[in-house]
Amino acid sequence: MTVVRNVRNWFYERLEWDDLIAPLRKKTVPLHRLSYWYFLGGITLFLFVIQVLTGILLLLYYRPGANEAFESVQYIMTQVQFGWLIRSIHSWSANLMVFTAFAHMFSVLFLKAYRKPRELTWISGVILLVLVMGFGFSGYLLPWNTLAFFATKVGTDIAGQVPFVGHAIMVFLRGGEEVTGATLTRFFGFHVAVLPGLVTVLITFHLLLVQRQGMSVPPHVEKDWNANPTTRRELKFFPNFALRELMAWYTGLGVLGALAAVFPWNLGVKADLFASAPAGIKPEWYFLFMFQTLKMIPSKVWFMDGEVLGILAFGVAGVLWLLLPFLECDRLARSKQWITGMSVFALAYVVAMSVYGYVAK
Amino acid sequence: MAMLRNKFRKAGMARYLVTLGLLALAASFGYGQAKNSCVDCHSALPDPLGVTQETFSHDIHAQKGLTCVSCHGGDASTDDPTQSMSRKAGWKGKIDRRQIPELCGSCHSNPTYMRQYDPGLRTDQLAEYHTSVHGKRLVAGDPKVAVCTDCHGVHDLKAPNDLQSKVYPLNIANTCARCHADAQYMKGYSIPTDQFALYGKSMHHEALTVRADLSAPTCTTCHGNHGAAPPGVDKVQSVCSTCHIFQAQMYVKSSHKAAFDAASLSGCVVCHGNHDIEHPTDAKLSTGQGAVCMQCHKLGDFCDRARAHMLSQITRLDEAIKDADNALAVAESAGMEVSEARLGQNEARDSLTKARVAIHSFKPEVVDQYVQAGLQVANKDMKAGQQAIVQRNRRQMGLGLSLIAIAMVLVGLWLYIRKIER
Repeated sequence: MTVVRNVRNWFYERLEWDDLIAPLRKKTVPLHRLSYWYFLGGITLFLFVIQVLTGILLLLYYRPGANEAFESVQYIMTQVQFGWLIRSIHSWSANLMVFTAFAHMFSVLFLKAYRKPRELTWISGVILLVLVMGFGFSGYLLPWNTLAFFATKVGTDIAGQVPFVGHAIMVFLRGGEEVTGATLTRFFGFHVAVLPGLVTVLITFHLLLVQRQGMSVPPHVEKDWNANPTTRRELKFFPNFALRELMAWYTGLGVLGALAAVFPWNLGVKADLFASAPAGIKPEWYFLFMFQTLKMIPSKVWFMDGEVLGILAFGVAGVLWLLLPFLECDRLARSKQWITGMSVFALAYVVAMSVYGYVAK
Repeated sequence: MAMLRNKFRKAGMARYLVTLGLLALAASFGYGQAKNSCVDCHSALPDPLGVTQETFSHDIHAQKGLTCVSCHGGDASTDDPTQSMSRKAGWKGKIDRRQIPELCGSCHSNPTYMRQYDPGLRTDQLAEYHTSVHGKRLVAGDPKVAVCTDCHGVHDLKAPNDLQSKVYPLNIANTCARCHADAQYMKGYSIPTDQFALYGKSMHHEALTVRADLSAPTCTTCHGNHGAAPPGVDKVQSVCSTCHIFQAQMYVKSSHKAAFDAASLSGCVVCHGNHDIEHPTDAKLSTGQGAVCMQCHKLGDFCDRARAHMLSQITRLDEAIKDADNALAVAESAGMEVSEARLGQNEARDSLTKARVAIHSFKPEVVDQYVQAGLQVANKDMKAGQQAIVQRNRRQMGLGLSLIAIAMVLVGLWLYIRKIER
């Protein structure tokens, strides 16, 4: 034990971390009946870390290229020690991360945590969600299997429908007019370099804001506390909340391990550029609500192309979503009701269309 | 005077406009095109004399610019039937059946003439026809045999690669059957009329019509088209070998070739039949239903022992492949990655096919060679499937232990939190 103490002292004399961890010791987390929603952000962060770690391990064997990608993933799953586990955890963790990111966003929305002064936290969070979906879209193609190939074809086709700049976006994403090996290497670049860089910067900014501003208290809880100050309760961030967060992470790890072992992620069949698309091709579940909506819009609405109209509608909805904190006005009580109503509608719409898209043929 | 001149000027202008209008109208109705008085009358006549412009416009000859006159002679530029159908104008009237092959051949056997339409088109049809049973009987005075128009049609004749053509691969059997399946029509000829019905049950028909494999055999594939004749007993094997090359090569070297020739048996047909060829199964090698060897051989003789050996070996490989398939399916349903072994199964299946083809050598050692190669692959794949299941069980065991460890940490953390918050 003396050796440990000596080593600790050696480092302490050089780093003097008391100042660094002092804010953590002082930091508190509001404690009320909705406090468990605070864990979602942390779990999403934990899953992102898992993604980075397993992604680095996969990089040791993965080879981007139309002639090698599928075979290299096959090699990882069959020949590399625990390769199947790493790949399955990477795939499951990606899907869970998208799910927890969505859940985190809606919890922030319903707990009204986006209000002043947390507008920038909300904006950075929404952008992070879009980037996480970009991770999913680019990563889905990397094993170069049939489903991924055609889902990418459909996805980039939809991007190509954006008025004026659609074709340029599609060509940029594909690295040409068609989905080919050039698209694969491009998506690989997005997936392992561009997106991680952007996400790391934004996560740092997002976390900095959370640390700076602390946890938001839902308005009705705040009101109760103000009416009766003795009911106000707080939890020390370190170690009390951090230990609880650790428990949530451990639970997440258990769920991930179980999913990876019981339902290993399927590799599918190698993509054939000349084969016809399999029937009922669908994107990943988190794009289903948009995909199904575009499918249901008639091909012509008045004078506009139905798909273009749908893309424009999603574009407008996305911008409004991003600017949501600025749409709520303290002077207009109705604006709050409108936002709550629209949030409930948005959640119901996303869930219903995703389920419909999943079961529809 | 000036008024009068103006009136004339106006009248001249009006005439000029009327003439222009009439010219435009005439142009829009095709005035000035070559007149075809044949169709004008024959479109109003009942069958078999009726030919409408609509029908004839679909004919390949009409599309290439030929007219009624090209075959029937006469003068289509006049509406007067005494002139248009005058012998002086070269009118031939209805072409006699016996003259049809020569009439068609007058163009189709002329390479210089045909080159302008299709330089790749054959011009030996008439020469071939003369060698056919149809051609020979026609020359001998039998007017019932098929001539060009019976198979290709007339007045609405399509190119052979046209889906509606009577000689398009999918339609050939029906075209032949119009005569050959008509017992009344075929009365007097010493050939059966059940070929079409039998062919309808064959795997060749299934391949052609169900799988739409246009390379699958139809009547003309084995009998020829313009030179149609039944393949002789000694030629059957040559006909089958155009597609079934390996089987034929093995059969030629086998002891059966000499034996069948000596007994005037027609090779492949002895075991497989002709028009009603079914998908060959391993049952053909057995002694039960569908067995063919026992037609000539006796139970327990040397050849029967060879038969039994080949059957047992092929059955062994077939079962080994099925077992490996099942093991891989179980592994796959458990989420294990066994696509490499799945691919290997194709190799095993190839060996099984080769072993079945090798039966035509009638040498057990040749069959053995392919069976052994297939067994090696199938056993390897079977092992891969079993190992995948073992691996799956190990993973679940590992998962169980990990979950226990995680649960213990969770309990420890919970107890620690309770302790520090007490």
